[in-house]
Order: sequence, then structure tokens, then C-alpha cells
Amino acid sequence: MKQFAELFMNLDRTNKTNAKVELMKQYFLSASDEDKLWALTLFTGRRPSFKVNRTMVKEWAAEEAGIPMWLFQESYQSVGDLGETISLLLPRNKTEGSDKSLTDWFYYLGMLPSMTDQEKHDHILQAWMQLSQHETFVFNKLLMGSFRIGVSQTLVVRALAEATETDSNVIAHRVMGQWDPKDTTFEQLILDKGENDNASRPYPFFLAYPIEGDVSDLGNPNDWFAEWKWDGIRSQIIYRNNELFIWTRGEELSTDKFPELHFLSGVLPNGTVLDGEIVSYMDDKPMPFNVLQTRIGRKNLSKKVLDEAPVAFLAYDILEANGVDLRGLTQEQRRAELELIHKNVPNQFVFNLSPLIDFKEWPVLSELHMLSRQNIAEGFMIKRKGSTYGVGRKKGDWWKWKINPLSIDAVLIYAQKGSGRRAELFTDYTFAVWGEDGKLVPFAKAYSGLTDVEIGQVDYFIKRNVLEKFGPVRTVKPELVFEIGFEGINESSRHKSGIAVRFPRILRWRKDKKAEEADTLEALKGILAVYK
Amino acid sequence: MPAPSLLQFTGKSIYCSVADAHIDPWIPVDRAIITHAHSDHARWGSKHYLAHKDSEPILRLRLGQDISLQTVEYYEKFVINGVTFSLHPAGHIIGSAQVRVEYGGEVWVASGDYKLEDDGFAVPYEPVKCNVFITESTFGLPIYKWQPQKEIMSEIDNWWRQNKSEDKASILMGYSLGKMQRILKNIELQDKVIYAHGAIYTLNERLRQAGHDLPELTLVTKETDRKLFRGSLVLAPPSVDSSTWIKKFNPYSLGYCSGWMALRGAKNRRAVDQGFILSDHVDWPDLNTAVRETGAEKVYVTHGYTSIFSRWLNDNGIEAGEVHTMYGNEDENEEEEVVQDLSAGIEAYQQHKDSLDNEISSNSEPSTKKSPKGDLGV
Repeated sequence: MKQFAELFMNLDRTNKTNAKVELMKQYFLSASDEDKLWALTLFTGRRPSFKVNRTMVKEWAAEEAGIPMWLFQESYQSVGDLGETISLLLPRNKTEGSDKSLTDWFYYLGMLPSMTDQEKHDHILQAWMQLSQHETFVFNKLLMGSFRIGVSQTLVVRALAEATETDSNVIAHRVMGQWDPKDTTFEQLILDKGENDNASRPYPFFLAYPIEGDVSDLGNPNDWFAEWKWDGIRSQIIYRNNELFIWTRGEELSTDKFPELHFLSGVLPNGTVLDGEIVSYMDDKPMPFNVLQTRIGRKNLSKKVLDEAPVAFLAYDILEANGVDLRGLTQEQRRAELELIHKNVPNQFVFNLSPLIDFKEWPVLSELHMLSRQNIAEGFMIKRKGSTYGVGRKKGDWWKWKINPLSIDAVLIYAQKGSGRRAELFTDYTFAVWGEDGKLVPFAKAYSGLTDVEIGQVDYFIKRNVLEKFGPVRTVKPELVFEIGFEGINESSRHKSGIAVRFPRILRWRKDKKAEEADTLEALKGILAVYK
Repeated sequence: MPAPSLLQFTGKSIYCSVADAHIDPWIPVDRAIITHAHSDHARWGSKHYLAHKDSEPILRLRLGQDISLQTVEYYEKFVINGVTFSLHPAGHIIGSAQVRVEYGGEVWVASGDYKLEDDGFAVPYEPVKCNVFITESTFGLPIYKWQPQKEIMSEIDNWWRQNKSEDKASILMGYSLGKMQRILKNIELQDKVIYAHGAIYTLNERLRQAGHDLPELTLVTKETDRKLFRGSLVLAPPSVDSSTWIKKFNPYSLGYCSGWMALRGAKNRRAVDQGFILSDHVDWPDLNTAVRETGAEKVYVTHGYTSIFSRWLNDNGIEAGEVHTMYGNEDENEEEEVVQDLSAGIEAYQQHKDSLDNEISSNSEPSTKKSPKGDLGV
């Protein structure tokens, strides 16, 4: 545990990519195979659940720290991370670190689900008493299934590839899909040279870079495909061994969530992997993302939900056919394979192709780009015809060309402290526009978009201009104006303004504007009338 | 009509109306009693100042050579209109003091900023019995528990040693006044030459000239040979990390000494390579000890976690109230100072140095500022 906690703290501390890779590599070179597998489990976002009640854990920690619950909550507010708060509040142990390994601790935690509350209490306290402060922090993150690390999967893969001297594309593929550290070994998962029989395993998604500068800089338009950039859920559909799997980009197996696509089972040839976008789709055309949103996260997909928000799969790539990995073919060759598969499938609107845009010159594409919103698209994807299918985000072959967001100037009226890196700073803002009665109506919350320096300045202003406190929320003197960008806009009965915007974020701080000069609710409704 | 409190919170200072004297006023007043020389407590523009003698060099540096300033020793009593004042060690930084105010059998103590641990440079804190205690609460949450200074200093030693072995410069950031002297007195000085940013260099020179036992520092200038920084220790105020000044030290490791480093969020936000949890304020256990040892029946909680700490005291049977002040921004002020320093460039340091030199010569003349009567009409 000592070694892993140290790795975690070191990773947490540096923001240099190479240093992070080096730290992980050293860990993969020195830790035991068992520990490596558990570390990998965590690094790839697999968080085992131990069925503990957070409220109880808080109470036990407060009791151990000898403080009342309200003071615990205040401390938590300040730190912004529960595991860290507890590790800071507990009496400090005189320990150089735990001798138990990471694996030992996982098995220790694995005993929790079958215990009574009293046993859980004793079990957890016993752990707290033998761990150092940093270890307690890591332990708490494992305990509550909230372990997150500021390292992208690409970097984990790179470190592992370097440590095992294996090609990173191979490693990227091996760590994907469904596996459980309890019934595999590091050897089997990572080092096994033969294809193992993990039928559900998806390929790492190839991701696009935002286009820089002018689209015509890409050179000869004949070298490129252009497709609409759909506003849905990036997914891989896998059909192997007569079984269908649907993976979404967050590496979640979501086959159950999309019953409309289950007909593909038996329709697709065995050994097929498709890449595309799941969108809500009605009357042969895609619908805005918020329609799809109504069914995301629902446990039960009622008939009503399915009727109101049906989905379709818009395929744009094929990664495997007849069990053969096609990623080494060119984009053009893969497109031909994809069209071949599609031709033989019934119900072609539910499994549809993302059409290629016909253009011979860049200015034509630029003009079409302005029609993105009408086409319920976020812009274009531009893909090099001669490129292979890569791993992760790589520059040069796949570009995304997004439309500028809709925007409005709004006034900062509420603020709340952030968490994690932003704990202790007011970073979560609510913005308002002027209503007809001359009052400010809140319409969006936004967290991101400012530089650290600006965050500092806004925080400074807020701390000196608080009007009222409501729990963690502060009412702030309405003075600062920001340009708020968003991707979509819809009517909403849940919001006071009657409007809900999608992906709101701060585009810039309008220091040149006074609060009175911010936009009105009427202006916002105007945008709604145009784009809904 | 009940008599007004001995000390009042007027929104511009901690005020004693009987003596017509203000403690740490944040606007210009006639008579200001200053707990310590940090810029959020010692503000510009008052007619007459009174402070501990060790605060003098810094107050004159920061507020102006020609301010009217009377200095006293710790425990030295001075009476204004029947109110007896005395300063007592607060252990926060050099010259920092708690102000004890006694009148009509009642004792109030305004403690400014303070810490309980002996830092080896400032005169250590001493509890002062009182009826009413005014305390800061900068780190007034139970998550703040400092390790002994010795441990932190050896962390710094090891970090420097490690960087030295990798041929990197060790840039250590912390407040110019207080933190840097504490560090210089407690770390192992692995080199003869220690480099410093202008803000720290100037202060250090001031304190050395005032007779304090501090090592000599070497000012970093445009002309300093970059190769010399390899393996060296460079002392810098906070916020140089976002400046171009820092680039000349490449390759380097960046360390930051502050109580805020106790939180991961704060540490990551600063994007430093190493955070050292070192504070000149009381942590939670010491804050509670301090309050208890004063024996105060009533406590006023100023800058920091005021509402939380006063609620905690009330729950524990000590009557407490929160007070809004303008203290607690030493960080921001210091940063402003540095930004100015940087924009003014090396000329500014030269001017600092020149004024310092002038002052050395003027110091040798008898001056009127030490008049036994004092400017506060004692």
C-alpha cells in the first residue's frame, strides 16, 4: 500500500505528462503482478464497490476525530473531497506506512459486503488505525469507490507498454472490455500473446482533434471525407460468437440500454465491430441530444420512453469484419467494407450510415458548415481517406470542425465553492439574464472557461461582495458580466427562466460590460425560437 | 445606557474609544497600534504608529521612512488616558505582538496573528490571561494539524539535497516576511551562497542591519550567471511561479511553504513540485489551547473561519462572537507587491538597495523618532 499511495501522491502532484508516465512505468516495473493488476483496475476506471454507506462512514470518522457532525460537514466543504477530509480529521498515526499490499487491502475491503454495520465499523476503524495519512486517503477512495486519478487511459497504456516492451496499440486493446482482477492475472490480461476469448472486448476509440486555423489548410479536398458530426453517444457495436455488445465511449457496456438495436444480433455476420454514433432518431432524421437525454440513466425503459425517444445507430467505421482486425486498412477501404455490410441489413434506418458529404472544394464545405444546426449536427468530422484507425487522440488524420456555440451575455449572481483542485475557491457560478420585470432570472450554471488567474480574480470579487448565504451558496452583488456559450437550447418547465441550455460554459469575461448591459430573457427566447 | 466595550469593532479597526487608539486600522487614523508588519495589519497613512521595536525596520521599509513611529519592548506598559497597554510576544513573525489592554479592572487581548510553536526567530508566543480574547482563525478547522517544524525543515533539506543530486535549482516560495527568516534559521545551509528574489533580499538586508542574526543572501539579477543556480537554493515570494522571472532557473524544482499546502486541492492549484506544510498561524489544536490558556470568558473571532470557530467555542461553553475585519489578505497583498516588483524590473531592486544604503547613513544620526515622550502622547 505504501508504494501505491506514494505513486498516487506523486502522480497527483505533477502535471507533466512525461513525469506521470515515468512514475507509472516505474510502478509497473517494480510492483508485484497482483498489485499491478489491481492498480490497472483502478487506473482504467474500474471501481469495485464495497457497499458501504457514506453517511455512516462520515459519522464514524467524526466520532473518531471527536468532532460534531456539523463541523465534519464544514471541514468537508472546505476540502471538497470526502476521503481526504477523513484522512485529515482522524488522529494521526505514528506509522511509516502499511506493510499490507494493495492486493491485501482489496481483499480486506472485499470482506465488507457480507458484514453487519457494527462489523463494518470495526473493520474500517481497524484499517484507519494502521494507515498513514496518505494511505488513509487512498484507502478511503477505494472504500467509497471514488478513486479517480488525473491520468488519461492513453498515458496508462503508454506506461504499461513501455514497462512490458509491448506495442501500445496492443496494450490499449488488451485493457479494454470486461475483466475482473479476481478472475484473471496480469499475465493473462497483458502478457498473453495469444488471442484470448474475450468476445466483448472493444477496440480503443480513435478520437479527433479540433481543427486549427482554416479548413483549407488541410490541403487537397480530394484526400478527405467529410461527415456531419452527430450529437449523440459515440458507440461500438460488437457481434461475436452470436452475441451482441454495445459499448459507449466512457467504456461502459450498454447493450441493455438500446433494445432497438438488438435486431442486429443475427443480422450482422459474426466477428463484426462497428464504430458510430447512437442518436435519437425520428421520422428518418436525427433529433437533438436532449431527446436522447431523457432515456440516459433510466433503469427501466418504459414503452413510453422508447416511443418518445427512439434511437438509431449512425455507423461511420468498421473495425473488424469476419473476425479480422481492419484497423490497418485505409479509411476509404474501411468505408467500402462498411457500406457492403450495411447493404445486406434490413431496417436500414435504425442501422444507418452516416452519409459522406459531397464536396469538391473547401468553400463548398464551409457553406454547408453553416447549415450544421439545421441538420442537428455539431459541425463536421473530416477524415483523411488514406489514414488507418488509430488509438486515442492523435493529430493529423481525424479532425472535428465544430460550429461556434450559441452565446449570450449574463450576470454572475450566485457562487459556490468548487471541489478538488478548486476547493476553497468560488468556482461554480450561476448566471442570470434580465427578465421583463427588470429582475435577474437565473438560467445557467457554469464551472469552466476561465483561466486560473481569472478564477482568482472572480473569487476575490465574490469574497468581498457576498450579499446572502444559503448553505454553501452565496448570493453575489450582480456586477460581473460573462459571455456564456452553449450548444443547444430548449424549453424547460423545471427552470425558472423556462429555458434549459446544453453544455453552458464561460466563453469570456466581459469586463467591458456593466450588469445593466447584459442580455435579456427575451433575447434568450429569441434564440430558442430560432433553434429549437 | 451600558458603558461601551473596552475595545470595539468599528468596521475600520479594533478601537479603544477611551484611549482613542486603533489597533491595526485598515484606514488612516490618528493613533495606530500595530500588532505586526504584515501588510494586512500594518496599513499606510496613519498619523502616529506604535509597535514593537523589532517591527520598526520593516514598517519603515513598507510604510515610509518618515512615518511617526514609537517603539516599545514586550511587556513595557504605556498608558493613554488611563488605559494601560502593553505588547506581548505572539510568535507569528519578528516583532509580532498581542496587544493587552487594561482599564477599570478589565483586560482585553487583541492577538493579531500568532502561532504557539517556537520558530527560532520570532520571540515565542506567551499566553496572556484576560477577560476577553480576540483571536484570528486563519486555520480554524480541525483538518489543519501541523507537524513539528523540525520534520518540515528536514523535508526541505531532503528536497534540496535531492535536487542538488539532479543538478536542479531548488526554488522555495513563501512569504517574504516571516516564512523566509524562519526557513533560514532552521534548514541546513548546504551552500555558502543562497540566492534570493529582490523582495526577500531587501527584507533580509533590513533585518541584518537591524542586528538580527540572519545569513547573508545573494540577490538574483539579470547578470547572475545561470549556471550558478544549478543545485542552489533560491528563495522567492509566492506568485513568481506565474512570472517569467522563474524561467532563468531551468532546470528547477518548485517548492512552496504554506499552511494551505495541507490540502491537495490548494497544492495542485499552485502546480508546485513540492508543497511544505509550514504556517506561521496556529493550527486547530493550538488555537484551542491558546483560547483555553487565556482563561477568557468571552472570545471574538476574526479573520479566517470565523463563524465555524465561534460556533465551536459556543458549543463548548465559551461565549464567542464573530467579527468581520479586513485582515487575512497577506497573501494577496504580497502577490501585488511581487507583481509590482517584477514589472518594475531590476531597477526597482536597485532603488530599494539605494534607499537602504541612504538609510544606513541616516540611522547613524540621532533621530527624533525615539523621543521618550512618544507620539502617542504616552
